[in-house]
Amino acid sequence: MHYIFSILPDILSGLNITVGLFFLTLIGATPLGILMALGMRSQFFVLRWLLNAYVWVIRGTPLMLQLMFVYFGLPIASNNEIVFPKMTAAVVVFILNYSGYFAEIFRGGIQAIPQAQYDAAGVLGINRRQTFQKIILPQVFKIVLPSFGNEIINLIKDTSLGYVISLVDILYIAQGHAVADVTLLPYVIVAAIYLIFTALATLIMKRIEFNYREWK
Amino acid sequence: MLKIENLTKSYENKVVFKELNLEINDGEVLSIVGPSGIGKTTLLKIIAGLCGADSGKMVIDGQKINVTEKNQNALIGVIFQDFNLFPQYTVLGNITLAPRIVKNIETDQANSKAKKILDELGIEDKADLYPYQLSGGQKQRVAIARALAMEPKILAYDEPTSALDEFSTGQVVEVIKELKKREVTQMVITHDMPFAKKISDRIFDFKKEIVTK
Ligand SMILES: Nc1ncnc2c1ncn2[C@@H]1O[C@H](COP(=O)(O)OP(=O)(O)OP(=O)(O)O)[C@@H](O)[C@H]1O
Ligand SMILES: [Mg+2]
Repeated sequence: MHYIFSILPDILSGLNITVGLFFLTLIGATPLGILMALGMRSQFFVLRWLLNAYVWVIRGTPLMLQLMFVYFGLPIASNNEIVFPKMTAAVVVFILNYSGYFAEIFRGGIQAIPQAQYDAAGVLGINRRQTFQKIILPQVFKIVLPSFGNEIINLIKDTSLGYVISLVDILYIAQGHAVADVTLLPYVIVAAIYLIFTALATLIMKRIEFNYREWK
Repeated sequence: MLKIENLTKSYENKVVFKELNLEINDGEVLSIVGPSGIGKTTLLKIIAGLCGADSGKMVIDGQKINVTEKNQNALIGVIFQDFNLFPQYTVLGNITLAPRIVKNIETDQANSKAKKILDELGIEDKADLYPYQLSGGQKQRVAIARALAMEPKILAYDEPTSALDEFSTGQVVEVIKELKKREVTQMVITHDMPFAKKISDRIFDFKKEIVTK
């Protein structure tokens, strides 16, 4: 017990990285994903094709590889012209990666809204932007909420992949202690932190789903 | 109120109607009847600006409209066959949304006007319910209220009785007659001939392209 408390502050000092990466990704990838989903329905064939190719590459390759590619690969390929700080590299890669997943989720949600809703808004003189914001998007959110919640849980756990570029998050610090002190306890502590984090996220998603249950 | 001349519409290479002429007078109720698939809903969509025609002329309340393009003038209030209410808004929210965001009317003012319309349609007690909590007939009256709140030149119904039982059909007849007394110009697409006869000043037979009564 004493040991746990002695290393806990150190592990918790990595929380700003873990939590920071989580929130920055969420805040960046959600609007980007929505925009990409809209683009995938565009009448411009080239744009649709590019976005589909993008989503295919992003979802078809491991996030860990994408991280290594940007953090280690780009400096090599560019003679150290393109070098990112660790956290920047992680945030950029995570946002690009998760926007691909979110785009696919939102595309499905937008597709599920019948043309009739657009028609009803159109004859009332509501413009396209407001139709999307006030009429379509809230219905899309309701539809995608469960799969979006799933991705958020994945994102919490995926933040640990920062390890491959030595991002000093809670897992990285715990690993240091485990090796130095030859004990498994640091792993138990980080497991508990991830569990608390995912439990909180689950509760919040449930709460939001509950609010959306007011209408059908 | 509305005058259409030589309106032609086709989808891809299939002609739906050709050189159609139609006139609706101020304050009248005109029914449009005709077999399924002849193009009644398509005509309504063109009049309401939801889709463009190939060619033709249209004037609504003295305003020339370019029929070959979509437009969003909100001159025509449409009551769709499935009502198309916005599920995430209450009855009041459905009615006040467009006045607030299109006409920039204050929420209080929009609310009181909406309540007045609901009152006239006899569903003032439903103001805070969501669409899924309403019967078909009630949804339809909300759709009518939502259209009326934008003060359209013409109220257009697509098959208003198709989703209703006998009792609710009787109620729509009353609503249409009441609005007619207030000189609201109305256009009603229907299969239901007895219903058309009850409500209409004139009936347009889409197939023969003639007006009776
Ligand atoms: N978006 C579309 N693309 C291609 N063809 C269409 C489209 N919408 C309608 N049509 C065709 O146009 C014709 C007229 O359709 P419309 O819906 O206007 O008929 P309607 O008279 O309203 O029929 P109903 O009484 O069954 O509602 C039909 O043959 C239909 O198949
Ligand atoms: Mg029809």
